[in-house]
Amino acid sequence: MTLAPAHAGWRFRQPSVIPGFGLTLGFSLAYLTLIILIPLSGLIWRSAALGWTDFWALATDRRTLKALEISFGTAFIAAAVNVVFGTLVAWVLVRYRFPGRRVVDAMVDLPFALPTAVAGIALTTLYAPTGWLGKLLMPLGLKVAYTPLGIVVALVFIGLPFVVRTVQPIMEELDKEVEEAAATLGASRFQIITRVLLPSLAPAIITGFSLAFARGVGEYGSVIFIAGNLPYKSEIAPLLIVIRLEEYNYPAATAIAAIMLALSFAMLLVINLVQTWSRKRYG
Amino acid sequence: MADPEIKSYEPHHESRSAAVTESRPVRVTLTTVTLVFLGIFLLLPLIIVFKEAFAKGVGAYFQSLGDADTRSAIRLTLLVAAISVPLNLVFGLSAAWAIAKFEFKGKAFLTTLIDLPFSVSPVISGLVYVLLFGAQGLLGEWLKAHGIQILFAVPGIVLATVFVTFPFVARELIPLMQEQGNGDEEAALSLGASGWQAFWHVTLPNVKWGLLYGVLLCNARAMGEFGAVSVVSGHIRGLTNTMPLHVEILYNEYNAVGAFAVASLLAGLALVTLVLKTLLEMRYGAEIAATRGH
Repeated sequence: MTLAPAHAGWRFRQPSVIPGFGLTLGFSLAYLTLIILIPLSGLIWRSAALGWTDFWALATDRRTLKALEISFGTAFIAAAVNVVFGTLVAWVLVRYRFPGRRVVDAMVDLPFALPTAVAGIALTTLYAPTGWLGKLLMPLGLKVAYTPLGIVVALVFIGLPFVVRTVQPIMEELDKEVEEAAATLGASRFQIITRVLLPSLAPAIITGFSLAFARGVGEYGSVIFIAGNLPYKSEIAPLLIVIRLEEYNYPAATAIAAIMLALSFAMLLVINLVQTWSRKRYG
Repeated sequence: MADPEIKSYEPHHESRSAAVTESRPVRVTLTTVTLVFLGIFLLLPLIIVFKEAFAKGVGAYFQSLGDADTRSAIRLTLLVAAISVPLNLVFGLSAAWAIAKFEFKGKAFLTTLIDLPFSVSPVISGLVYVLLFGAQGLLGEWLKAHGIQILFAVPGIVLATVFVTFPFVARELIPLMQEQGNGDEEAALSLGASGWQAFWHVTLPNVKWGLLYGVLLCNARAMGEFGAVSVVSGHIRGLTNTMPLHVEILYNEYNAVGAFAVASLLAGLALVTLVLKTLLEMRYGAEIAATRGH
């Protein structure tokens, strides 16, 4: 690496006796560029080449807007559900001892390991009107399969481990003495949880939420089986990209993809800011 | 499902910890709610896969697995994983060496870039290659003129799989190697080892369990990837159909036993992955470092 120093004392890298910097960094950068950066910038280039008017027309197409709304809306609801249940699961796993805890703990990672298509057909079979759960929910007037509710169910499945695995390690490190101090000062258990524990868990919970949300927005495999895929009703944005591609409508597919990427990155940025703020506030 | 034997967090200090834990009924209720929730959302989908696969008996199960298209889907999935996992393994080692062993400008940015594929929808991961190599793509004309087939063929499937599984090995190794520091390698070098020897005899044994952990997760995703592969494969039966894509085709043909039979193989792979992962965490937890997730 021979980068000319911009001013005295500026070094691209600190000196080290370990060899192989040029080789490994060079290979990594080349691989990263070929596999990730060039293809992704191809997408950005193609959407820029559309021109502003065309892009705007494609982006504000009613079906596109509806699909984006469904994707982001259901992902938001599912991530919110996962915040509640994921935090509860983490709490029970960290604080309580019960037989089979290790197995339950390992099971939480199932959505990471189970291929999404398998999850999709399994959930659809369960929640179909004739399925084990669908049969139970039918009399209650709850239709899950082939409705937006089905999308939420699939995204809850997919997103759960993101919340549990982000919150769990932080929970394990919580200092019990702080709780004891609060208790000796006369705080009730409810006060300790809401005033002492939750604030210190907040950054982890927000991270878990954002990971589950980001994953949910882009999720495809587990959703398309259970969603029913009715345009304007239960058609998610990734599916609309696939449909446009199958119609050889590359500009529309590109535009939807560019909007999804931009929205996801904007959201990650906002969540990063919120996190920095909450770390300063509570950290 | 709630077991009566739920004990408090610190059983030896029952009286002392009473103030910092919930009352017994609350503990039992919360545990029950958690187990019921996990039972419905995680366990039932897993059970239904095997139940549906064997719905028409063991004979029908093995008959559908013996189908020629199914076997070719299994072969293709194994082939794709056999190419993409080693590629990302080499990248992971190389990136971890550069990032963990050296201090340089832009390191944090590079680490962020490596995680990029996790925040991109699988469908978009496939789409970018269609835009690049497709008939209307940037390189489409050139590839056609030279008779090179990437899209709707094995190279496209491999590329899409490499894209989505890109960060797995690197993100396990980077924090682990950072934690271990450079001391061991510096000692080896000062004793006259070459850089390559230091890597092979010192670094690799130090990170082997973390490496295995990353490869395990990478492989599970590579064999199970659906969205990205679906976009680039073209779904040609017997040729560009991976196992997850074959599950979709069979399912849409109302061949439930066939779809769930293939799905049961993938679910089996997921279970094996989970068991090995848990064993690794239990036995070598400290050597894998506290970087769980994904």
